[in-house]
Amino acid sequence: MSSNGKLLEVSDLHKHFPIREGLLFERKVGDVKAVDGVSFDIAEGETLGLVGESGSGKSTTGYCILQLLKPTSGSVRFLGRELTELGREDLRKMRREMQIVFQDPYSSLDPRMTVGDIVGEPLIVHGIGSRQDRSSRIRQLLDVVGFNPSFTNRYPHEFSGGQRQRIGIARALALSPKLIVCDEPVSALDVSIQAQILNLLKDLQRDFQLTYLFIAHDLAVVRSMSDRIAVMNKGQLVEIGPAEQLYTNPQHDYTKALLSAVPIPDPRAMKERKAARRKLRHALAEGERS
Amino acid sequence: MPLLEVNDLHTHFFTREGVVRAVDGISFSLEKGKTLGIVGESGCGKSVTALSIMGLIPKPPAKIVSGSVIYDGQDLTKLPERKLEDVRGREIAMIFQDPMTSLNPTLTLGIQITETIRRHYDVPKAQARKKAIELLDEVRIPRASERLDDYPHRFSGGMRQRVMIAIALSCDPKLLIADEPTTALDVTVQASVLDLLDDLKAEHDMGMILITHDMGVVAESADDIIVMYAGQVVEQASTLDLFDRPEHPYTEALLGALPQIEGEGIREGRLTAIPGRPPDLIDPPKACRFAPRCPYVGSDSCAEHMPELRELRKGHWVRSAHPSTERAGVRQPDRAPA
Repeated sequence: MSSNGKLLEVSDLHKHFPIREGLLFERKVGDVKAVDGVSFDIAEGETLGLVGESGSGKSTTGYCILQLLKPTSGSVRFLGRELTELGREDLRKMRREMQIVFQDPYSSLDPRMTVGDIVGEPLIVHGIGSRQDRSSRIRQLLDVVGFNPSFTNRYPHEFSGGQRQRIGIARALALSPKLIVCDEPVSALDVSIQAQILNLLKDLQRDFQLTYLFIAHDLAVVRSMSDRIAVMNKGQLVEIGPAEQLYTNPQHDYTKALLSAVPIPDPRAMKERKAARRKLRHALAEGERS
Repeated sequence: MPLLEVNDLHTHFFTREGVVRAVDGISFSLEKGKTLGIVGESGCGKSVTALSIMGLIPKPPAKIVSGSVIYDGQDLTKLPERKLEDVRGREIAMIFQDPMTSLNPTLTLGIQITETIRRHYDVPKAQARKKAIELLDEVRIPRASERLDDYPHRFSGGMRQRVMIAIALSCDPKLLIADEPTTALDVTVQASVLDLLDDLKAEHDMGMILITHDMGVVAESADDIIVMYAGQVVEQASTLDLFDRPEHPYTEALLGALPQIEGEGIREGRLTAIPGRPPDLIDPPKACRFAPRCPYVGSDSCAEHMPELRELRKGHWVRSAHPSTERAGVRQPDRAPA
């Protein structure tokens, strides 16, 4: 870890995707600035929530941190090392410390691999343990995430979304990483299953001192998981702060609009919220016009 | 007279694995100008209920085994297809979850909107086009007359859903069925589409059935709510009564499982997860379908017999042997008002 207690420091991160036109002779006509100058840091053991609407650049930010996408510019310091400058082999070693849980438990698991192979693959890639060690480690990991370890020889399609997400989490835990990027880990799940997975992620964080970057579009879900929250819009961070403060006293108009739009399960409160959000939308539209 | 009356509707799917009882005895009625919310998790039968009303279930494998859907004095389940086509779109219209796939990408909006109008009314093309422009105006799409000749790919998700709403309204239906109309949309877009639906419902004096998995969405839009679980109605009440005093253990659990946006100790606290998952609807247990996940199930009958849907207090129906008001001695955690 770096001297200032930060596990991860992201500064002025940019990721631009070229827009090309023309059939035979493609030429670049512009850039989509998916991530446009994002800076934040995460302390060890902390959860930073990253919220935003579709296309805001939140997932791209997560991928750039893990170097799954090469950032256009900017710096990503993790455990005191600059990830953007690492070579393949060094990066591979660093990946033991940082893992990802994906959104869609239906497409992120290889349908031709057994549950045991999926969870054990990171161990093989990093050459950890003997065959026997790995097998007992796989059973232990599955047990930790609440998945019946006797099903290691089954295939993902035999399980429900919630169970599959547990497999994905076990895989992410296999190398005992310090940082896990959770990219919309519950958005494909029903409410009752979603609660199970969120509780599991909280338990794992406590038991293994994990640090999370928790990416989601659901403001209530992010609130329940995060110590601090960053709000993204159009590739930029518009606001970042302690969860409680950001939700009770949002400063940026976009954050206000986002919070006012959330339907909450309280019909009486909703009446007021609806009136307030109509007003706010009107004001925002006026603001854009002038 | 209610606008729509659904009586003991059973829609089953006859598959190779067995008979799936997707909808297994649903009854409700809807008054003009009211919104009925149907909530439940995936596979509970809420969409199949809507498709059954519209006569849009895939036959085979699905079949309405028994029950009736009474609209305007006639039973829609008995109507021949030709007659049903006159009702569909004209009297009852539907919008679907995914605005990205419900429009034909190869046709302009103008063609897709006027198609519906000309199917039901004998009007010249020019007049249908004029009506289409009015409709796009009504759903707040700017520069309607220019946008009419655009193809769907030029519209965002929220805009496409507005176009779907315009098509649904094109023949002034008396009943609008919205099946997860905002699930695929961002939260700010969702808010504006829900507000739009509210306005249009009032302006057109329609009845609306709003199907969703989101308790927040029904809390803001519905007058009455049906909670579905495993093909059945487990609770039915006015929106205020349902949220003030939820009775069924499943409804309580659903509300407890929702992360809260306001309050204290949210970060430290745990959500009340519901253990297990819904039963297989092929050969579901004869007992209460929620029993395997229910914290109140005891040695009593509900593990063996299906509880009836009964009226606990005026307008509040519940299918459980252990509704919260009857759980003597079991102290309920108070749901703090947000």
